[in-house]
Amino acid sequence: MSTKIDYDAKIPNNVDLSGDRRLQRALEGWQPKFLDWWGEMGPTLRTEGVYLRTAVSVGRDGWAHFDHVNVPDYRWGIFLAERDPDRVITFGEHQGEPVWQQVPGEYRADLQRLIVIQGDTEPASVEQQKLLGLTAPSLYDLRNLFQVNVEEGRHLWAMVYLLHAYFGREGRDEAEGLLLRNSGSPDAPRILGAFNEETADWLAFYMFTYFTDRDGKYQLGTLKESGFDPLSRTCEFMLKEEAHHMFVGTTGVDRVVTRSAELIREHDTFDIAGHGGIPLEVIQRYLNFHYTVSLDLFGSETSTNAANYYTAGLKGRWQETRRKDDHKLTDAAGSLPRPRADGTWGTDELQAILLLNLDLREEYRADCQTGVNRWNKILDEAGIDFRFVLPHPGFNREVGINSGHHVTPDGTVVDERTWLAGKRRWLPTPEDLTFVRSLMHPVYERGKIASWVAPPRQGINGKPFDYEYVYLS
Amino acid sequence: MTRTTTVTFERHPGGYRHWKLSTGGDVAWLELDVDADGGLVPGYELKLNSYDLGVDIELYDATQRLRFEHPEVRVVIVTSAKDNVFCAGANIRMLASSSHEWKVNFCKFTNETRNAMEDATAHSGQLYVAAVNGTCAGGGYEIALACEKILLVDDNSSTVALPEVPLLGVLPGTGGLTRVVDKRGVRRDLADVFATRPDGVKGRTAVDWRLVDELVPRQGFREAVLARAKELARTSERLDGEGVELTPLTHRYVDISLSPDEATITVKGPEDDGGWLLDVTRELDDAILRLRTNEPELGTWVLRTEGDPAKVLEHERAVFDAKDCLSNEIVHYWKRTLKRLDVTSRSLIALIEPGSCFAGLLLELALAADRQYILDGPPIDDEDSEERASIMLSEANFGRLPMGNGLSRLESRFFGDPGHVTRLEDERGKPLSPAEANDLGLVTDAPDDLDWEDEIRIALEGRASLSPDALSGMEANHRFVGPETLESKIFGRLAAWQNWIFTRPNASGPEGALRRYGTGQKAVFDRKRV
Repeated sequence: MSTKIDYDAKIPNNVDLSGDRRLQRALEGWQPKFLDWWGEMGPTLRTEGVYLRTAVSVGRDGWAHFDHVNVPDYRWGIFLAERDPDRVITFGEHQGEPVWQQVPGEYRADLQRLIVIQGDTEPASVEQQKLLGLTAPSLYDLRNLFQVNVEEGRHLWAMVYLLHAYFGREGRDEAEGLLLRNSGSPDAPRILGAFNEETADWLAFYMFTYFTDRDGKYQLGTLKESGFDPLSRTCEFMLKEEAHHMFVGTTGVDRVVTRSAELIREHDTFDIAGHGGIPLEVIQRYLNFHYTVSLDLFGSETSTNAANYYTAGLKGRWQETRRKDDHKLTDAAGSLPRPRADGTWGTDELQAILLLNLDLREEYRADCQTGVNRWNKILDEAGIDFRFVLPHPGFNREVGINSGHHVTPDGTVVDERTWLAGKRRWLPTPEDLTFVRSLMHPVYERGKIASWVAPPRQGINGKPFDYEYVYLS
Repeated sequence: MTRTTTVTFERHPGGYRHWKLSTGGDVAWLELDVDADGGLVPGYELKLNSYDLGVDIELYDATQRLRFEHPEVRVVIVTSAKDNVFCAGANIRMLASSSHEWKVNFCKFTNETRNAMEDATAHSGQLYVAAVNGTCAGGGYEIALACEKILLVDDNSSTVALPEVPLLGVLPGTGGLTRVVDKRGVRRDLADVFATRPDGVKGRTAVDWRLVDELVPRQGFREAVLARAKELARTSERLDGEGVELTPLTHRYVDISLSPDEATITVKGPEDDGGWLLDVTRELDDAILRLRTNEPELGTWVLRTEGDPAKVLEHERAVFDAKDCLSNEIVHYWKRTLKRLDVTSRSLIALIEPGSCFAGLLLELALAADRQYILDGPPIDDEDSEERASIMLSEANFGRLPMGNGLSRLESRFFGDPGHVTRLEDERGKPLSPAEANDLGLVTDAPDDLDWEDEIRIALEGRASLSPDALSGMEANHRFVGPETLESKIFGRLAAWQNWIFTRPNASGPEGALRRYGTGQKAVFDRKRV
């Protein structure tokens, strides 16, 4: 199987699509439906060309090509990381066996479910971000938004390819279903809650790409370990693209914090709302919300499904091969903090294999903390005495053992009244949302930027900030 | 499951932990909202609207109250109060940690509750509609299957599923497989695909395969379901009449005494109490359930009655002749309670003595038993008494109270000689002496007062010495002669297979599917087909 991407094909790919007429026909049948979906649910803002990155090769060197592209003409396709012919399954009861190139019959339903759920999240964020182009703070940001969007679309293609190639008619039906569910739709919402939330403003977008796309990174990281090789290779390449989304999030929040710090220094007050900046407390509340909603995406702390997927070799742990244990976990134990009715925390001892979602969530939490440290460094360097804090994992949770409990950001279990009384300090209020939205005026002039965010330190692909990243009509 | 929990069956909507019952007009809502921490026995969490016996006891109570207390209700909408999940079915950790007899008893009770829902639709004009508003798996789908109509939310992700075979290595134990093909008429090959797919079937396919009746959009789901229910309510043939409140049980008419080997259930006939039949039925129903659940080692039940046979028949006529909702409900409740007795895995021995009142509908108790002994002589403790035992046939014995196989107990008893049942019609309303009862084949034996005590002792001791499993199998075979119905298939065929599967290592061995479920480890199967 060649790893060179064939851009002459109707559907660019590096899986020798032209050699599989049945699959080619199936995907070519899906393609117009995808384009219809993109037209209807994709970015509202029409452009003449966006300076986009397109993958040209999946190898280590020089995989991307940059040029202005008319967004609907973006060459979505199917790219898998290179195949390692010696790859073996590294965990679960099939440990040491060669990876599967076909779906094992007994795991068909589980694999299909995993792929559908992953696939369902990809177009969701495009839908959630549909209107953001209308209020972009700069052409640079607008370009990043489109880059994220087209790649989410590409990730949808990645999952659809797997469904079409390996799951027969049912897979094709599921692939169609991915376009029929829509974020926030009252009739057919996306499967996971966070993907039905609104991304109403650019601060939310930065938070989303920092926190929620980072969940995607960890989920893809576990699927990359899969014994089902096509899934593994698909996810490996998706991770490469996903990194940019998180870059948008990390630097986006950086720039908001930088700008707020400037305004605080300039006006010698934390109350910078009147000066066109976003107060640090509002940023903290956004952080609290997006982080906790993203934690819900990891599912329940104890999960039989996750355990079954692991034993079966379908979904591993984050960086499975670097773990120093037996990679079966049948005898290992782990502990799970649990809020108690009396307001204290207890600990349950459980089989480690039942705590895989918690394991992944902890990896994620540590990663999220690095961003917070980074933003605090900006404040520190500006001599501002305020620190962002990642809230306790029990805070504001709808899924898992913490749901139904009232936990404050510092991890205190409180009663409902206390929680409701504090809620306005901890989560974005309607006033916060209205205020942030009031700042969202589009700035489409080259080299200009909105009042509430600092310009980036570097442009894209060595281009300056004032480069014309987007040709507007 | 150790027997530290004594299970009671009396519930009241005010105290429900898992269901919300709301009525108003001709449509009632019955919403499942399981309290995850409210399991009947410690050791499992009832996640995702999964249920245990306690949840089903409340459902049973609700179905009873809807029939008796709400004559105005013509359609009952069964749905979930939780988002995105209708019901995940029987709780697997509960099943995995339960003893064999607890599992089987649980399945039996849940089946009886599902049958009661179908009985309400068939005989009370109270139609059950399942409004499946999220994931619906295993026992959850079996609840839906017990409803007359199944509406499924069309959100492109909610499915119905029977994942027992692929996930647990057991069968959908509450009639799932049987109802899919026999009741809903799903094609057998599609049923095969369906029951081996752990992820189930959604949307249009579910309709095409007849797994559900209709799809309903997610937006405005409740309103659409209510509108559908209102339409159905117009087709209902529910009788008019006053309802009656099911007040706490008084234990006036049914007495239970326990000895090491057997339980004796004594049913008292009416005095001048117009509410006798409803009370006695409720008490007997409760007695059967409590004995079944809490006294699994009492393998023999002795059935006795006390009272005036003439008064039984008089009361019976009054109830049977009234054509109102309440009387109809009472007759059908007595019918269901007798059915509960029919499917009870205990040896049932009826003792007909002087002072007993095995007449008409109470004679059915004796006919439900595996053996009937009538004392041909004076009462054992009063040899000078003139009193003699007798039995009486009535209209109640000729089809009003059918068994699960669709036959009356007399038709079942004389399956080899159907003409005999016709001849017995002439004996209605007459007291039949022990000798006559014996000649007519209505009793097993009629020992005289000299032999009685020894005969009964030997019969009971002999019974207690036999293998309980063999007895359960033998009795079930003898009780249900002749044709198969949905019910008899569920209780006979399905239950027997499930019983067998439950004890097999592939399901309940240490490496079996049921035991391994939830551990993250896969079941190890003995691949030999048996």
